[in-house]
Amino acid sequence: MATVKIPPVLRPSTGGEKEVAAEGANVGDVLRALAAQHPQTESQLFSADGQLNRYVNVYLNDEDVRVLGGLDTGVGEGDTLVILPAMAGG
Amino acid sequence: MSPTSAELLRDIKSRITEVDPSDVREQLGNGAVVVDVRETEEFAQGHLPGARHVPRGYLESRIEGVTSDRDAHLILYCASGNRSAYAARTLVEDLGYSNVESMTGGITLWKDRGYDVEVPRTLTAEQRERYSRHLLLPEVGAEGQQKLLDAKVLLLGAGGLGSPTALYLAAAGVGTLGIVDNDAVDLSNLQRQVIHTTDRVGVPKVDSAEVSINAFNPDVNVVKYPIRLDSSNIMEILEYGWDIVVDGLDNFPTRYLLNDATVRLQIPVVSASILGFDGQLAVFAPYEGPCYRCLYPEPPPAELAPSCGANGVLGVLPGTMGLLQATEVVKLILGEGEPLVGRLLLYEALGATFTELKVRRDPECPICSRDPSSITDEEMGVFPDYEAFCAAAG
Repeated sequence: MATVKIPPVLRPSTGGEKEVAAEGANVGDVLRALAAQHPQTESQLFSADGQLNRYVNVYLNDEDVRVLGGLDTGVGEGDTLVILPAMAGG
Repeated sequence: MSPTSAELLRDIKSRITEVDPSDVREQLGNGAVVVDVRETEEFAQGHLPGARHVPRGYLESRIEGVTSDRDAHLILYCASGNRSAYAARTLVEDLGYSNVESMTGGITLWKDRGYDVEVPRTLTAEQRERYSRHLLLPEVGAEGQQKLLDAKVLLLGAGGLGSPTALYLAAAGVGTLGIVDNDAVDLSNLQRQVIHTTDRVGVPKVDSAEVSINAFNPDVNVVKYPIRLDSSNIMEILEYGWDIVVDGLDNFPTRYLLNDATVRLQIPVVSASILGFDGQLAVFAPYEGPCYRCLYPEPPPAELAPSCGANGVLGVLPGTMGLLQATEVVKLILGEGEPLVGRLLLYEALGATFTELKVRRDPECPICSRDPSSITDEEMGVFPDYEAFCAAAG
């Protein structure tokens, strides 16, 4: 079970949850499990072709999955996925 | 029987290594660290080029601020070569430095030989008092304080983030602060924008900020830009010669525009953003680390970018994030510490948690993967049609 950290802009889609536990052997599986639990997150995370939206940064622990194996990056027990939105408030 | 002071000096000199000024002159710039152990007033009247200053009375407590490497080549000097001999003995016998020399004849003989002397710019008595807590830090000292006084820092926005940043940079003695903001002070700003005051509601923010900054520290020269930063004015504003830009902007299009222009001009940006109870902080140092577009290749769509309209923010949060920005600015000016380059720091106030993420340079970044001179005006700030959805998002 991995932990997914939910950013403020997505929390309305997770019923206010800041962290969601989700099963999956890789990043794509974990995020799809998140989307199954909280369907509103699906279109925010994934584009129509099933890829991560380019404006969504996902980190496995502290490393950007774009420099790892993308959605195919393996996820272990106890790993943390951080979904990171750009913010522009000042 | 106790030795006379002349006997003691002879004994000390027999136990240390002395070096002639002509040899020291050849060593300058060859990795040897030259340390002036005289008093502050003597140092201020002129010293060997590039010499570091550690008065003999503070030798044991401050030498590690110069170097803690026991094998470093240290050349000590004073006025005539006696105090530096005692200081050399201390470093070798008490602190274990292995390669220490004392310059024969001190700066007096150096000058007699007609060698170059550097006369430092000095702080006034008022400045020495004002910045005394900086001067006590080996990482700052008079040299670092002079760097702060010489620094030019541009603040984008005198709002939530810009307010605390500006106040503390002014307090630290950053000599020139530019402020870009076209708003006037509103009562709803005062929950967090601490540079403004109730009696200045309605006053342009750049003017209000200038009043606070100069009340705090008259050393600071404030350069005001009461305009909205856009593609028509950004290059002119940035080409003033700013050493660092502090990004506290409240919208995405200008953040991308700023990134592209600062990469082109190779100016580091200390960037923070806030929303609700969350803050993000990073230093974007062009070509040294990633740029904003490496981190965020595309802005989020309007419904996930609640920066367009008025959004809630905990009043103290921009204080926290703005002061982390100010800290990074001071570190960059001093050249001390590990700047937040290639790292993104997330702060979540409700949980009181900090999270650090790695940010890599994108080898295919549309901006910073290229030669800076090849970035054209037309390419800067290229951005999806944001105006439309910001309007839609209200």
